[in-house]
Amino acid sequence: MSDRLGVIKTYKLFIGGKFPRTESGRSTRVTDPQRGVVAHVCHASRKDVRDAVEAARKAQPAWAGATSYLRGQILYRLAEMIESRRAEFIEVLASDDADREVDASIDRVTSYAGWTDKFPQVWGGANPVAGPYHNFTVPGPVGVVFAIAPDERPLLGLLSMILPPIAMGSSVVVLASETNPIPAMILAEAIATSDVPGGVVNILTGFRAELAEHIAGHREIDAVHAAGVDADQRRVLREGAAENLKRVTVRDTAGDAWYDASCASPWWIEPFVESKTTWHPSAT
Amino acid sequence: MKRLVPAEPYNGGVTSAPPSPTTVIRPGPSPARLDFASGIFDYAPAPESVRPEIAGSYGLFIGGTSVDAQGGKRFATTNPATGETISEVAEASAADVDRAVAAARAALPAWSALPGIERGKYLYRIARRLQERAREIAVLETIDGGKPIKESRDVDIPLAAAHFFYHAGWADKLAYAFPGTDPKPVGVCGQIIPWNFPLLMAAWKIAPALACGNTVVLKPAETTPLTALRLAEICDEVGLPAGVVNIVTGAGATGAAIVEHPGVDKIAFTGSTEVGKRIAKAVAGTDKTLTLELGGKSANIIFEDASIDQAVEGIIEGIYFNQGHVCCAGSRLFVQESIADRVTAKLRDRLATLRVGDPLDKNTDVGAINSRAQLDTIERYLRIGRDEGATLHEVNGSALPDAGNWCRPCFFTGVQPSHAIAREEIFGPVLAVMTFRTPAEAIERANNTPYGLAAGVWTDKGSKIFEVASKLDAGVVWLNTYNKFDPTSPFGGFKESGFGREGGRHGLRPYVRL
Repeated sequence: MSDRLGVIKTYKLFIGGKFPRTESGRSTRVTDPQRGVVAHVCHASRKDVRDAVEAARKAQPAWAGATSYLRGQILYRLAEMIESRRAEFIEVLASDDADREVDASIDRVTSYAGWTDKFPQVWGGANPVAGPYHNFTVPGPVGVVFAIAPDERPLLGLLSMILPPIAMGSSVVVLASETNPIPAMILAEAIATSDVPGGVVNILTGFRAELAEHIAGHREIDAVHAAGVDADQRRVLREGAAENLKRVTVRDTAGDAWYDASCASPWWIEPFVESKTTWHPSAT
Repeated sequence: MKRLVPAEPYNGGVTSAPPSPTTVIRPGPSPARLDFASGIFDYAPAPESVRPEIAGSYGLFIGGTSVDAQGGKRFATTNPATGETISEVAEASAADVDRAVAAARAALPAWSALPGIERGKYLYRIARRLQERAREIAVLETIDGGKPIKESRDVDIPLAAAHFFYHAGWADKLAYAFPGTDPKPVGVCGQIIPWNFPLLMAAWKIAPALACGNTVVLKPAETTPLTALRLAEICDEVGLPAGVVNIVTGAGATGAAIVEHPGVDKIAFTGSTEVGKRIAKAVAGTDKTLTLELGGKSANIIFEDASIDQAVEGIIEGIYFNQGHVCCAGSRLFVQESIADRVTAKLRDRLATLRVGDPLDKNTDVGAINSRAQLDTIERYLRIGRDEGATLHEVNGSALPDAGNWCRPCFFTGVQPSHAIAREEIFGPVLAVMTFRTPAEAIERANNTPYGLAAGVWTDKGSKIFEVASKLDAGVVWLNTYNKFDPTSPFGGFKESGFGREGGRHGLRPYVRL
């Protein structure tokens, strides 16, 4: 090892396509058993949550208004951006199966890139009503989704939590893995240099226990997608969500189950769409 | 008192001075026009002659038999059109709910293990018996709930039968409904339904649950328990295995006992947003799954290029159907400014011809308000609307019966977006009329509500109608029509109108584990 003193990076938050520091001024050290302190990450506050939700709300209509084809292309571009940062991700994942996790992450993004213009055909359709009406059901985005990523599989887990909503035109704010938040922030850099519009994905580093109640009670959040939460946090999320009837989905996915292709099934997308049924008379 | 006559310019309540706080428009002479309220279109009474058998008292339907509530508590159910007591029903306590859940739990393994085609055949049988007994049940629905016989006869009962028929066919096809999965039933479903479409809501809840292999404990509303108990009789008639459907009558406490029961796997609730939120909180710390179909303040948007006469019929259908006791009622009318005078005038004429009165009369358009409590709520909103400065148009002159709960259909103009009558669900025959200038403004104002159940759009411009429909935050959007329902058509809301859908393939989703 050389004597050169490394430059330790402080990872900032990712909000509205920009990288602001937390308004709280707090940061957390990220340590590695071999190397000691490797980086600092922001310790996001409630105010950061509010700012990120505001950015997500602002970005959502245009993202939903983009064609499914365009959203698909943008997500595929994201897969390309992750592929090109493969080595960096493997390094920061710092786990035995980091290779496998990066492969699976790229494949997951690719899979969801393909869902943007197929989910509406799988889940929507024409309804044969008993009368002279043209009737069809189309899924649309739920709106702003707060995602809570699991600690494990810091890249694959996080992507699996944000892709289902964004594929169908929702925007997200995601709270990264607490134990290894750095891959999430590398992902932020990949997203910032991809074609994903600013504000569609917002990434925070902080603590679930500190923010869960605030997230649950926030009236501008339409749905919650959480993994890696304990029974108490789950109750807090669901109780607070009752305030504005947020849709809350909690995943029990753990371990190798994150690699399972079922994490990219349409039943992962379905909680984050609102089905709209339209009737029109058919007559001359 | 100010009186609106056709010659007076429409002020829309937006740009000119607000009307005086107590303005009420009543029927009066309008010499230049045909006076629809004069009685020239009166019909002779045409009462429905069938009288269904009604027992003096009813028990709970638990484990395939009728049982008394423990402790023998009962309550009366009355005819809202006469105020007379029709019958008494058992009031289920927490202990009774416990018995019902135990019966549903006991029935679950065999019922869910039944081949889908066999489960489906029970549902087909129920559908058939509902069709065969439709007339008797329609009359009972009208007597117990106050809705016009033509609605229970032509809408509620046929649709209830259709829901069973439709879902019967799903029972053996669930794997195709959810490709790539092996759908399993959720378990014991606790279902709580409202009083506005008593049998139809029971069908919406029970049919998909049973098709997917679940068993149910259903609580009808306390003011309208009788047709659900008829359905219990039919379950018995068709040989449905004991415990698959259990019906417990009671009020809020009975519903709470279902929500809180640890043996219930899923709650499905249709009712007010306030109660829905309480239920969501109550189940937050449990493994129960939840679907909610709640309130609304749905917008009906009329553009200047609409077929006006057709649109006016749609407005009437949208808000006065079932006395306005409809969660998706088009209770906010947005009229494009250029046609506001015409639409309001036509609305007044049409309103004047609606026949309010005996729900059993086949010509009745608007029946009795379901309960005294609901009538109080509606009357409170009428007062609030006037106090806030809106103009009330009470142009319907129907002679009302002496007894019972009645409210003539009416509408307000000069309504501001901040008025309570423009924001809160009234659940009665009261329409708030507002104007707009551009499509963007109509969309923005239509969406400016915590609710998101339904919406209506009226225009003959094809591209405009689909663009507006796509931008409305509502689970059901009726274009050039309103208040249409079908078992194949998913129904349910965005935002605080609840979550989950009922009907269609989407309606099966809450009743399966994938």
